Formats: sequence, C-alpha cells, structure tokens
Amino acid sequence: MEQKKEIIKVEDIKRDYVVGEETVHALRGVSFTIYEGEFVTIMGTSGSGKSTLLNMLGCLDTPTSGEYYLDGISVRKMGKNERATLRNRKIGFIFQSYNLLAKTTAVENVELPLMYNPNVSAKDRNERAIKALTQVGLGDRLNHKSNQMSGGQMQRVAIARALVNEPVIILADEATGNLDTRTSFEILTLMQKLHQEEHRTIIFVTHNPELAHFSSRTIVIRDGRIKSDTQNSDIKSAQEVLQTLPKEEE
Amino acid sequence: MNIVNLFKIALRALNGNKFRGFLTMLGIIIGVAAVIAMLAIGQGSKKSIQDQISTMGSNMINVRPGTGQFGGVRQSASSMQTLKLEDYEAIVEQAEYITDATPEVSSSGQVIFGANNAPTTVYGVNPSYLDIRKYTISEGEMFSDEDVKTSAKMCVIGQTVVENLFTNGEDPIGRTIRFNKIPMKIIGVLASKGDNTMGMDQDDLILAPYTTVQKRILAITYIQSIAVSAISEDATESAIASIEEILRQRHKIGIGEEDDFNVRSQKELISMMSSTTDMMTILLACIAGISLLVGGIGIMNIMYVSVTERTREIGLRMSIGAKGVDILMQFLIEAILLSVAGGIIGVVLGIGSAYIVKNILLWPIDIQLYTILLSFVVCSATGIFFGWYPAKKAADLDPIEALRYE
Repeated sequence: MEQKKEIIKVEDIKRDYVVGEETVHALRGVSFTIYEGEFVTIMGTSGSGKSTLLNMLGCLDTPTSGEYYLDGISVRKMGKNERATLRNRKIGFIFQSYNLLAKTTAVENVELPLMYNPNVSAKDRNERAIKALTQVGLGDRLNHKSNQMSGGQMQRVAIARALVNEPVIILADEATGNLDTRTSFEILTLMQKLHQEEHRTIIFVTHNPELAHFSSRTIVIRDGRIKSDTQNSDIKSAQEVLQTLPKEEE
Repeated sequence: MNIVNLFKIALRALNGNKFRGFLTMLGIIIGVAAVIAMLAIGQGSKKSIQDQISTMGSNMINVRPGTGQFGGVRQSASSMQTLKLEDYEAIVEQAEYITDATPEVSSSGQVIFGANNAPTTVYGVNPSYLDIRKYTISEGEMFSDEDVKTSAKMCVIGQTVVENLFTNGEDPIGRTIRFNKIPMKIIGVLASKGDNTMGMDQDDLILAPYTTVQKRILAITYIQSIAVSAISEDATESAIASIEEILRQRHKIGIGEEDDFNVRSQKELISMMSSTTDMMTILLACIAGISLLVGGIGIMNIMYVSVTERTREIGLRMSIGAKGVDILMQFLIEAILLSVAGGIIGVVLGIGSAYIVKNILLWPIDIQLYTILLSFVVCSATGIFFGWYPAKKAADLDPIEALRYE
C-alpha cells in the first residue's frame, strides 16, 4: 500500500465519564489511523461508544488519556478556543437533523462556517457558498429558505456547509437517519461522488449495517473497543441501488 | 472573529424574529420616550421661569438693609435706616465687576390726574435705573442727572398708570400729575414689560429722581435700597463679594459679626424658583427611569428565552467553529441592537410627544442634547447589562450537550 497522508491518528484513546459516584468507561482504548481519501463507516449500536468517539474525532471533546492527531496536530492538550478554530478550518460536520438555521437562506446557511473565519472576505464567502451548493446539486435553490425545502434538500445544504471550509475530514453523524430510503440513497450517492471524484476523506457514523457496503472501510465499535476494522474490496454503488428502487409516483 | 461578521450574524438572527424583536424593544421605546418627554417638560418649565426672571435683569444685584436691633428691639428690614447715600457713592466708586448703580427709595400712594386717581408706587431712582431694571422709554425721555441734583419735580410713568389716569387717550407727556399732593410733570412713558414671575404688574409705577422722592415726598435722608448691575450674569458672585466688603468696612462690622445689610442677586432668586421645578423634573425622570429599567428587564427576559430556544443553534455554531466569545458577542450585540434601536425610536417618539404637549397643552418644553445623549448611553448600558447574563449562559454551553438539546 502506498504511503498516504494520515488525516486521523488515534492512539489508545480512553474516555471516562463520572456520573454521580460511578465512573463510566465510554471508550476503553481505541487506536486506528485514517488516511487521506478513505470513506470509513464507523458502526456500533447505541451505547457502544461511537458517539463518544465521534465527539473526540470532531474535537468537541478531549480524551481522558491517549493521543489524537488531526492532520498531524495533537488535539489532546488543546483548549476550547483552539479546538473551535481547528473545527472551523479542518472539519465539516453533517448531522442527522441537518441543524440548519431557521428562516435562513441556503447561501446564508452555507456561509456560516466562513463567518467565523476572519481571513475570508464577504465576497469570497459568497462565491464559495454558491460553489459548494452547486456541487451538491442545489445551484438553482440558492435563496430558498430552510423551511421551504425538503429533508433531502436540507441535508444537501448541510453537506454544502460541511464542504465550504475545505475540511480535511467530513464527519457525518447518521446523516441519512431522518430520510426515507430513496432520499437516503441520493445522499449516499452524493457522498460516494465526493469520495470518488473529489477524493474527500469521509467518516460516516451509523448504527445501520447496510450502509457499510457503500464505504471503503468499516470500523465496528462495541463496548468502547474496536470489534473489527475491515477494508471493503467490493464497494456497492449507491447510484445503482437508487436505479433499482421504484420511482416515486409523480 | 471579525466584528462586522458578528453584527451580520446578530442582524440575521434578529431578522428572523421581527415581531418578537419589536415587542422586546417596546419596553425600551416607552422608557426612553417617557424620559425624553418628561425631561423636556421639566426643563421647559424651568427655562420659562428663568426667562421671566431675566427680563427683570439677570445681572441685577439688590442691596437692602438687614434686620437690626434698636435698644434690644428687633426691627424689620424696611424700617432700618442703615443704608446711606454715602454707601451708594462708595459702591459706585470702589466696587468691582459692576456697571451701574442707583439708590432706591419708594413710596406708595394715590396718584391723581384730573378726575382720575389710582393707587401706585413712586420709585426714587437715578437715570441708570432703566438699564439696571431693563426698562425702556417708549415716549418722551428719561430725567437727567441734572434733574436728580436739582430734585426736579419730574417723572416717568408706566403703562398701567397711563391707562388708569389718561382714560380719554390724552397724550400724557407734558401733563402734571399729583402724587400725595406733590405735583410732578410727566416727561416720559415706559415701554410695557407685563407681569413678573410673582404676578406683579411691572408697569404700575412712577419713576422720579431719588432726591425728589427723598426730600419732597418721604422727607428722609437715608435710602431704602441700592440696585446694582454686574458686568455679566457670571460676574454677580464677584460683584456681591466686592459690595459686601465695601459695606462691611463702611459700617464697621468686625469679623464674625452679623451684617446689617443684605446683598442678593437675581441668580439666587432663579435658583430658588427653579428648585421646585428641578425637584419635579427629578421625580418625573425617576418614574421614566423606572420604566426604562422595566424595559431592560424585558430584554433580559426575551434574551434568556431566546438562548434556551436556540440551544441547538448555539451547539451548531460551536461545532462549526464559533468560540465561546463569538457566541457571547453575538447575543450581546443582539441585546444592544434591540435596546439601541428601541432607544432611537424612543427618542423620536419622546421628541414627538413633547411637541404635541407644546402645541396642544401649550406647555413650555425644552429638549436638550444631553438628555438625548444620556438616553442613548443608558440604553446601550441597559442592553449590555441585561444582555450579559443570557449571553454568558449561551457562551458557556457545552457544544455536545447543546447539539443534542431537544
């Protein structure tokens, strides 16, 4: 295997929570490395520790012990503000419930991460937002407000928002969880396209084992430990699945 | 974080909730409008009193004999005979910061012309009296210093006296009237000044040379008071000090002893008269200030609800890179924008209602720039003060918890 750039390197991270008198071990020592251009599914049931792991990877939380390098930068000893800036420059989040700002246009929603980056001018911000929206196929809905859009469209806006800051990694948390089957595959198709055509590094967190077939690698978490970490040689195309699905009645 | 972006973010957030924003501002709008209108009315009545007093000569100083004792019997000030013509001369020669001075003696009595008679007061003065008391001659002329020396039987009369005596519209100039049986020839008529603050008719008077009044009417040698004009209103304090020193020296009053005279300026009268309206203004402003405070609490209340309601939004903003301070600033700016916008509307409304009061109730108003500036400062301070706590609460949220908030 050729030497690729390490985007994420996790070394034996543990995370304990103190709830009342008890200590809960949410992560009990997890290690893996994710290289540039991988599409990784992190799978686990609820309570497996996958949400905790996602918080770590997203720099929203820091491990109790162990090291985490994002794009070569050690996150463990960073303060809140440093992590906020790191998230702003290096990470794109996609959430299950889209988390778009209410009564706000698509462009304004997508611009949001750049608003917190003082190095980006207003003109640049607008151009990049339009480019990202065009990328996800919403070039014709730039000024639609979030409450005038369908779930699939809202998730596309959210994906555009995750792309707009040119992150090194996209973290999708149950990104298809709120969508019907057809729309789910549409979103998956978009993610695969981003992975294959633009070589984006994507981590897709889900509890749905079916989705693992569409990524290049699957990490299964159980009880705070990695249960399996496998490369997927036979990647299914979401596009093809989409074509087998019955067309919606017009 | 760039402050322009923060303003944009705050404006976009406010834009999404216009009606609520307006309701929140309403408290501030009413508070500021009330403060502006109340202060305008309070200041207005104060100013109208001041204006009236200054028509009597705002730089005027009055020297009167003080109360004193004769053989253990305390005397009233008017019966004191301690003020002499020499005191007047000493003031004219030595006092600093003064322009003019006149001795004053007065006598009340009936004035008679033909078949008409009327009660009035004759004031014995010198020609400077006109300048000191801000009177002007409308017809004829004032008597001269020469007339004072010769105790001439001449006089100048006010409009009320003209109306009372010359009922058939005769020209008063050149006529001779009798005051307490003393005949006096009218050589001039004063322009009307109307009533003073206390409601006294300032036109009901006769001016005559003080020597005439002293010798021919009152038969006295002392003078009842001295009217002095200072070079300006601001110089009255210094002029008073100078006059007091001269008089203490002349009356041989030692240190620590009670003066046998009183020196008063119109300024004191103004401050005395204004103290009531000042108190009223303060009371009105207090009531208005309380409504501003209630408005501020309204902002805090809404911001607090808004933070809770927008917990997920805050979580999202944090996850995509907003620092705690960015969130703090956003909510603080929202609060300040609300209060300052409310303040601007309030100022307009306050000025508007003050003018309505002026035009409909015909009350005097006086809007001063400082009251407007003050309202703005108070508004921004209210926004910061009452916006801080909710904003801090938002900034301290944990992004993980906030994102999961239902």
